Amino acid sequence: MSKAFSRRNLADTLLTGYLPILIALLIIVLPLAWMISSSFKPVNEIVTLDPQFLPQDPTLDNYQTVDQRIPLFTVVQNSIIVTTVGSVIKVLLAITTAYALVFIRVPGANLIFLGILVALMVPPEVSMLPNFMTIEALGGRNTLWGIILPGLGTAFGTFLLRQHFKSLPTELFEAADLDGAGHFRKLFQIAVPVSLPAISTVALVTIVNEWNSFLWPLIITDTRDTMTLPVALNQLRSVEDDVASYGILMAGAVIVIVPMLIIFAMLQRYIVAGLTQGAVK
Amino acid sequence: MTARPREDAPPTPAETTRAAPSPTEAELEAVRKRARRRQASKNWSLFLLFAGPNILLILAFIYYPLVSNMYYSTLDWRLGSPTATPVGLENYQRFFTSPSGLEVWRVTGIFTAGAVIGSMILGLLIALVLNKHIPGRTFARTAIFSPYVLSGVGVALVWMFIFDPQRGALLHILDFFGISSPQWFLDPDANLWMVIIVYVWKNLGYCAVVFLAGLQSVPRDLLEAATIDRAGAIRRFFSITLPLLTPTVFFLLVTNIIFSMTNAFDILRVMTPTGNGTNTIIFEIYLQAFGQYNRAGYSAAIAVVLFVTLFLITAVQLRFVERKVHYQ
Repeated sequence: MSKAFSRRNLADTLLTGYLPILIALLIIVLPLAWMISSSFKPVNEIVTLDPQFLPQDPTLDNYQTVDQRIPLFTVVQNSIIVTTVGSVIKVLLAITTAYALVFIRVPGANLIFLGILVALMVPPEVSMLPNFMTIEALGGRNTLWGIILPGLGTAFGTFLLRQHFKSLPTELFEAADLDGAGHFRKLFQIAVPVSLPAISTVALVTIVNEWNSFLWPLIITDTRDTMTLPVALNQLRSVEDDVASYGILMAGAVIVIVPMLIIFAMLQRYIVAGLTQGAVK
Repeated sequence: MTARPREDAPPTPAETTRAAPSPTEAELEAVRKRARRRQASKNWSLFLLFAGPNILLILAFIYYPLVSNMYYSTLDWRLGSPTATPVGLENYQRFFTSPSGLEVWRVTGIFTAGAVIGSMILGLLIALVLNKHIPGRTFARTAIFSPYVLSGVGVALVWMFIFDPQRGALLHILDFFGISSPQWFLDPDANLWMVIIVYVWKNLGYCAVVFLAGLQSVPRDLLEAATIDRAGAIRRFFSITLPLLTPTVFFLLVTNIIFSMTNAFDILRVMTPTGNGTNTIIFEIYLQAFGQYNRAGYSAAIAVVLFVTLFLITAVQLRFVERKVHYQ
């Protein structure tokens, strides 16, 4: 620590360390700060040709307008339900699938794992049209379960937890084996408690992805009662399309961005670990 | 399953005396086999109980779509219409030869190249700085990674305001340098650069963190030895750091190509709703089926092409990159 600020290194630290970091931070942080600040600006401060960074006359009007244009309470509630239900089921499925792949010996388990790995590679755009046909046939258009169901099969979480379960020492399970404990007990009393960090990683990455999910909810919903927040904001964008409405759009952006920013700030270690999986060993 | 003949035919007295334990062992073997079979079927039912629901969901919503896309791709079919005409491979032919199909390839190529090169170079530069042992770097790392986890829709809205050619913040910055703002939103070429910039902004933190992990595995004593030999910082970077970083570079290259082809939909759809100059392959799949065109069969054909492309990229990564680019 002190080395960086010693007389010999000071210039180097400032010029090749803090200066570039400061520039990078400004590029990342300024747009977000601009979003928050502008969301509190009245219309005349948005359309002015001489904008100030901070709102001179802060107001909540933009947030109220968002609430008038889209049923804000309903769409946020929908987003929370979709995120919670989707994440809980996905994490549970990932845990049980990964456990089965590692600890329950059946012939062909590796082939099944390979099949799951290939699924990891298929982007949602590829399966979008057939899934639309399936969910429509099942009567799932404009329903929350129709939004949740097609995304429930989880390849990412299974993959990540399988790698983790494989790294657990076998001694952990020896006592349980001697007791004749079944797989359910071994899973929930041993494997899950010692794997909480890895499970948190999967859970957090899943929560982030579900909350931000846009393409599928956009296709499968077109009524305001069943939309999720990102879809509603996309609709807000198409009705508020003149220069004067940027304050309103910034208020919408704050509502969808800030919750994830807070979660990320608190739990970034797990999220970064999960999202850079495969690269950072 | 090939049982020894002894199990079928009763053993002769002579044989019994000569090899007394043999029949018992055979019996044991049969018992073990039955036990194993019972165990195997018990294992299978447990396995299916644990993994079955997930496997079924993956089959229904990932694998079945892959197959049905192939069928849809041979149809001339409007979404919502009950009738469709089989057209063979016409949809594929159109995607690879028609001007609008080739335009999608051109846009995808530019977007992918710009997004990958932009975020990798900036990510590497940031990682090099963050690799210095200076206070505050953990905070900086977190802040720079954060856009990667934010809603693409939200991020697109924020940048629309910044890019707005009449009231955007960028207008004032460009004005300061005496440059007039391009006609963002109207000019197709400007649009493509605009979405590349936003994508790079969202993505460079991911590259920086992965590069940083790679940099931290470069042995410090090697760099120190080079410093003692009076190798300058640039020389050290190109002669030591970069060669040792090749596995990271290739990993990021492949993942970034795949991500930029699949993760950019939110930004494209919100910033340029009808794909004015920004219809990359994923956006085109959406626009053709659900946009104004309603050409579902054509959309399915493009989806098949995208899947095959991604499959090939991944296969190349597994075959070539993982094996040959290790430096040890």
